Amino acid sequence: MKKLKTSTRIIIAIASLAMVSAFFVPLWQILMWAPQYPEGLEMKIWIDNLTGDVKIISALNHYIGMKHIEVSMFPEFGYMKYIVVALIGFGLLTALANRRFMLAAFTVLFVATGIAALVDFYLWGYDYGHNLDPTAPIVVPGMAYQPPLIGTKQLLNFTAFSGPDIGGWVFLVVGLAIMAVLALEIFKYPKSASL
Amino acid sequence: MKISRIILLVSIASLLIVLNSCKPKGPVGVTTGDAASKVYVAPGQYDEFYNFVSGGFNGQMAVYGLPSGRLFRNIPVFSEDPMSGWGYSEETKPMLMTSHGYIPWDDLHHPALSTTKGEHDGRWLFGNANNTPRVARIDLTTFRTAEIIEIPNSGGNHSSPFITENTEYVVAGTRFSIPLGDNRDVPISSYKENFKGSISFIKVNPETGRMNIEFQLRTPGFNYDLSRAGKGPSHGWFFFSCYNTEQAYTLLEVNASRNDKDFIMAVNWKKAEEYLAQGKGKKEKVKYAHNVYDERTHSATSKMIEEVTVLDVMEFPDIVYFIPCPKSPHGCDVDPSGEFIVGSGKLAAVMPVFSFGKIQTAITNKDYEGDFDGIPVIRYESALHGEVKKPGLGPLHTEFDAKGNAYTSFFVSSEIVKWNVKTLEILDRVPTYYSIGHLCVPGGPTAKPHGKYVIAYNKITKDRYLPTGPELTQSAQLYSIEGDKMQLLLDFPTIGEPHYAEALPASLIKDKSVKIYPIEHNEHPYAAKGEKMARVERKGNDVHVYMTAIRSHLTPDNIEGIRVGDNVYFHVTNLEQDWDVPHGFAIKGATNAEILIMPGETQTLLWKPLTPGVVPFYCTDFCSALHQEMQGYARVSPAGSNTPLKFSTGDTGGQK
Repeated sequence: MKKLKTSTRIIIAIASLAMVSAFFVPLWQILMWAPQYPEGLEMKIWIDNLTGDVKIISALNHYIGMKHIEVSMFPEFGYMKYIVVALIGFGLLTALANRRFMLAAFTVLFVATGIAALVDFYLWGYDYGHNLDPTAPIVVPGMAYQPPLIGTKQLLNFTAFSGPDIGGWVFLVVGLAIMAVLALEIFKYPKSASL
Repeated sequence: MKISRIILLVSIASLLIVLNSCKPKGPVGVTTGDAASKVYVAPGQYDEFYNFVSGGFNGQMAVYGLPSGRLFRNIPVFSEDPMSGWGYSEETKPMLMTSHGYIPWDDLHHPALSTTKGEHDGRWLFGNANNTPRVARIDLTTFRTAEIIEIPNSGGNHSSPFITENTEYVVAGTRFSIPLGDNRDVPISSYKENFKGSISFIKVNPETGRMNIEFQLRTPGFNYDLSRAGKGPSHGWFFFSCYNTEQAYTLLEVNASRNDKDFIMAVNWKKAEEYLAQGKGKKEKVKYAHNVYDERTHSATSKMIEEVTVLDVMEFPDIVYFIPCPKSPHGCDVDPSGEFIVGSGKLAAVMPVFSFGKIQTAITNKDYEGDFDGIPVIRYESALHGEVKKPGLGPLHTEFDAKGNAYTSFFVSSEIVKWNVKTLEILDRVPTYYSIGHLCVPGGPTAKPHGKYVIAYNKITKDRYLPTGPELTQSAQLYSIEGDKMQLLLDFPTIGEPHYAEALPASLIKDKSVKIYPIEHNEHPYAAKGEKMARVERKGNDVHVYMTAIRSHLTPDNIEGIRVGDNVYFHVTNLEQDWDVPHGFAIKGATNAEILIMPGETQTLLWKPLTPGVVPFYCTDFCSALHQEMQGYARVSPAGSNTPLKFSTGDTGGQK
């Protein structure tokens, strides 16, 4: 059973604790601009909530037949916090347990969660952008309004941007940190502290 | 003979040419140099100052930007405004109630911005109704009239609404003296005996801005024209210009111009407060309206008040002193230090500047030249700081900058004259086009002027703008006062007839501007705070439509069961919570106006259908791409018919 460098364990512990920030800062943001909204509209996605100009965005979306956005429609807001708690717990356990396979498992789990989250977000975006009310006032043939997964997209008179908010950036840094230390453990210190 | 004739013709022709070239040129007033760049506010950029300009006989208050002169708003105050529904909606009708009943119009002369420690605080803007005496308070977060109080015992509210250093009081002095007390049915010729002046002190609640008439001073019978409160050392005093000390009641232009000097009345209002605290005030039966607009219920209430406390200054001679001032003074302006009081005799050849310190010394030494109705008249020379010699013709009003200079408007010679308050030396003069009345330096009446510009508000424009028939625009002119010489930068037309105006830096209020009314705070009794609450209810002949408006439909938009003879109240709630998305509402044949409903607000339009049929209604404010679809129908059945009361939106079930 391969053990971990002390520095690795400290980084893993810090990275895990950094994820606590997810409860205090927004994870993702969607920003929109239009000629009528030079100041922009924003929607912030938190671990269990949506904030920002959600009502205004919903009111505008009804023209093109998109569904009204409500927090209660997303079961994710119910369980996302448990997933994050589990990730934090697993990370701290890895730092304590001091086993390389645990680190590998943690990394795989973290990356898989990240991908799952993006896929989930994409599917919601797809659903919102495509499943439109056929009786909507404005129907543009062939037009879908799926927001960008990451980046900027023009949707009729709106320029929409989607990207990580503070919490998202924290997760990105955490992910990069644990992948980096795992790589170091495997390639730089292959023989270290083996029992 | 022929040659002499030719010589004669040539001489006449040359004489004509020479004479013609000697003919004085009319006024030109072309701006010089970089004037355009100094007033250019690029598209999308903000102006540096808000300029609140009274509308005079339009009864409203206009809001311009400076230095561009662009018009932003015309705030309805004392006159109905069919555009916004002011005075037409059920909610705003009580704002125009008076003891004489509902009055749709008045004449607004003077704005006054609230101050703290003598400096602009950007909270409220007051305005006077000159004809049916009233004072209004406009809230500078909503730019709406929040309160109107009627002034009893007043014959025309001209010396108003000037304010004290910390907005403790707004003053309202009567222009006309009138018979007061129990018997008011007296011969006009009994002026001297029966006519009295009246000065009201309106207390302003420092938290809410709510006004109440704390007390009135009963004063000798003549005309009270303009006024300013003391500040700094003179805080606690008020100064009023008085004319017609001749006590004429007919042909005043002759009969009220005879005396060599009229008065400036100095009022020690702190002393008046002391007498009131000792219970010396007398309660009088009166009747006046107090109207308040509530932002939560989005409705106004009007209350009649029936008592006022009066102090007769003839009984308390240490409240009031007269200072002689040449020839029918108009402006009575206090400089930023609070030490100097400028009297502007409309017909006088000199402009006296009085010293507050000297007035106090004269009072201590009883340095009086006599009395008027028992009120001491201070000796002119004892109160005088000095006279501005040969200032111009027809001085009216004076504003100040922060550098110790005064700017006085001259109606007859149509100019602004800049002079030094201490040395009384004339520094500069510029023509105005034409016949300036009031003028405004941003912060000019405060303890801390913002300076930079002086704006002239002119009575005559003649050839300055494209002609528009017999009725021409009034105008404002913007001058830079940053250099030693005043420089004309811009002419801009104004709506109504501007009298006084005030200006303050935009930074003081622009970030406090309200964008929406939160729908959850809407306490209007007929609000429908969601489409599910939209409904129609009948109570006898009254039909209440609880309607909602949101981009781009009205709920309900099909209403049946209305009968001829009904009073139909459309209570429209704007469900939007987004800035700059008002909705409007109008229905065919309504004999009042439209209503404009701001986001989160409820407003009510009363409609009395007269004939059976189907009547369209629609949103009048171009709110969205589908604004033109925002419409509906109301079916009117004959009186006494049994058409059931029905309402819906989006219900096409009954389509045939």
